[in-house]
Amino acid sequence: MDLSAINPVLLIASLMVAATPILLAALGELVVEKAGVLNLGVEGMMITGAICGFAIAVETGSPVIGFLAAAIGGALLSMLFGILTQYLMSNQVATGLALTLFGLGISSLLGQDYVGVRPPLTGGLFPDALADLPVVGPIIFGHDWMVYVSLGLVAGIWAFLKYSRAGLILRAVGESHDAAHALGYNVIAVRLAAIAFGGACAGLGGAYLSLIRVPQWTEGMTAGAGWIALAIVVFAGWRPWRVLIGAYLFGGVTVLQLNLQAAGVAVSAEYLSMSPYLITILVLVLISAGRGRAALGAPASLGRSFHASH
Amino acid sequence: MTGTIPLLKIDGLTKAYPGVVANDDVSFQIMPGEVHALLGENGAGKSTLVKMLYGLVKPDAGALTYNGAAYAPTSPHAARETGIAMVFQHFSLFDALDVAENVALGMENPPPQRELAKRIKDVSEAYGLPLDPGRLVGDLSAGERQRVEIVRCLLQDPKLLIMDEPTSVLTPQEVEILFATLRKLQSEGTAILYISHKLEEIRSLCDAATILRLGKVVGRCDPREKSARELAEMMVGMSLHTPSREAKPKGPVALSIKGLSAKSASQFGTSLKDVALDVHEGEVLGIGGVAGNGQDELLMALSGEIGSAPDAIVMGDTPLGAMRPNERRALGLLAAPEERLGHAAAPNMSLTENAVLTGRVRKSLTSNGFINWGAARTFAEDVIGRFDVRTPGPTHAARSLSGGNLQKFVVGREILQSPKILIVNQPTWGVDASAAASIRQALLDLAAEGAAVVVISQDLDELMEISDRFAALNEGRLTPPRDTQGLTVDEIGLMMGGAHDLGAVA
Repeated sequence: MDLSAINPVLLIASLMVAATPILLAALGELVVEKAGVLNLGVEGMMITGAICGFAIAVETGSPVIGFLAAAIGGALLSMLFGILTQYLMSNQVATGLALTLFGLGISSLLGQDYVGVRPPLTGGLFPDALADLPVVGPIIFGHDWMVYVSLGLVAGIWAFLKYSRAGLILRAVGESHDAAHALGYNVIAVRLAAIAFGGACAGLGGAYLSLIRVPQWTEGMTAGAGWIALAIVVFAGWRPWRVLIGAYLFGGVTVLQLNLQAAGVAVSAEYLSMSPYLITILVLVLISAGRGRAALGAPASLGRSFHASH
Repeated sequence: MTGTIPLLKIDGLTKAYPGVVANDDVSFQIMPGEVHALLGENGAGKSTLVKMLYGLVKPDAGALTYNGAAYAPTSPHAARETGIAMVFQHFSLFDALDVAENVALGMENPPPQRELAKRIKDVSEAYGLPLDPGRLVGDLSAGERQRVEIVRCLLQDPKLLIMDEPTSVLTPQEVEILFATLRKLQSEGTAILYISHKLEEIRSLCDAATILRLGKVVGRCDPREKSARELAEMMVGMSLHTPSREAKPKGPVALSIKGLSAKSASQFGTSLKDVALDVHEGEVLGIGGVAGNGQDELLMALSGEIGSAPDAIVMGDTPLGAMRPNERRALGLLAAPEERLGHAAAPNMSLTENAVLTGRVRKSLTSNGFINWGAARTFAEDVIGRFDVRTPGPTHAARSLSGGNLQKFVVGREILQSPKILIVNQPTWGVDASAAASIRQALLDLAAEGAAVVVISQDLDELMEISDRFAALNEGRLTPPRDTQGLTVDEIGLMMGGAHDLGAVA
């Protein structure tokens, strides 16, 4: 066992990379759930985004266009869910599960020609001089630009929900769709927009996996990341900054346990492998323990179908 | 008052839904500064009409004229821009948002939050409706919630304010405050379209009334010149039967509650605190109070849905507090909760199946774990026949019944099990006048046969009409009961407001 091989600076830098896909997907789902919709298809939208982004980035040679394509792919798939649940009143839980299975299937189909291909490299945001600084370089300045996009998204969504009128309307729709309808807001339009945003974010998260984190395409490569994102939204109490904590915690423990396994710690690998899930959930439960449901921010209309009956 | 042009002229408005014409050629007009009452039973088409005025529903035919110009709102936004605001009966506040956010959602162009908070404070104080803009609506009382709705409307300077049953959840004192506000608005030239079942209120507040029955205008009058009974008979279209009862001496104590405390099962619910009460055989005990002060919890604690200390509830010599609902039913304590669909009845199950759900124990509808469907069907048909439940038959799902008919079924199902003690919550909520009268008569008849009946209700007139003694719930505490005879409205208001030391056992 050689713990000295674990470099804390590299650990922090790599946990940010490990956490970003989950962070992106969880942020999207947070907005969807704040609008009162439970979309369990995050996993399916992520992996669809992963292959859309990967394929387009390989074909065009541009990761930027790849990420755009991933967002569009995820949003398109989510619109399938949107139309089924919002116009055809299908059950959200069943439709979301079906969306996951569908996404896994269609991504394998689309990805047949891309197994073993290397994607173009995604660049950083800051000049190398900054990234080469000791300690702060790798942690703050050394990342690819998507990491900064995801952090910007945390702040953006927080401010949107808290300060903007559109965010207020979105929360109102999630809290009581009947009241929002009675006041003249278009519940279905708001929800469709939220679902599309959630799909786009999940797609970006998937593409981050296939273009940066791994980086290559394999079938089923999301391996449950979408489900972790869903859990983090709930345990984070539908708050963007707590989603960030949850995602980074999960990423951190994941990277740490891999390092510990590599260092040959005398704990069996199975326990280490389950530790990210257990620790993330435990910490988030402790953060939110002892509060009422309203203080937690669970939208009261979550998962309920809206039908304007009058 | 500005001349003779009506503020809003309604001309031949018609709206049909599949199977029912909600509004059939409705015409009337509202003058500026007038308080106009819209009267009618449940299902008379009042809600559909105001939804058309507010742009939520599009009429099939007919025209609206506002201040001399054609008015055809396509959404509530358009209605609000024209100067029409609406206070809803329910469904328009958001529990998890604060007061300022709720107000902002009902405005077209809300100012920034800080300025809005200040305006809410100013307006609410100017009209005697103090409100703290930073509080969560879920934590407010029913009266305060309504203030939020009214202040939301006032901030937009409406020319016409539509109020849909605004006083159904208020204490008498809160009603006085509301009326003072409305009169102030009226003196400033705002017209008000006022919908209510409470005829005395309409007589004291309104200048004109239009009466709807089955979607048609059946009468217009000046409510100040009619008696409440005349108005009610215009609404129903027939003469009303007043429940009758005979005075008789109190029987022995049937149910004794002491030190009953129970935690609410729901998030915004109210926990019961040290409730004490004796109910006698042969009496009807009315429990009033503003909604959300522990009514649901009291019913659940008595029916056995919430457990309590064994000695807190005693029937005869038997401590019931720790018993499950079916054990209590076997002893003769039955309950009919307020929420018809989902609590008192399972919406998607047939009436026969719903009859089995509570009647199993006392009517012996099961043997060896198997349901005796023949007996269950007979029991359901008995309820349907005796309580005039309008349904094609007991095989129909509970949700297919109208609210009033299902209420008759739910109450009748318990009464026909010949309970020794019956607890009902809101027995006539949302039920039209003639059905309500028959439910009340059935409760009185049950008491006359020697059962103890506890009626929890928000309808004070109902409680005064049928109960022998009256107590009020306030924040989970129950006042000592007092004889209904001779109780004044002020005293009732004080009891509902939480005055516990008001000379018990008068």
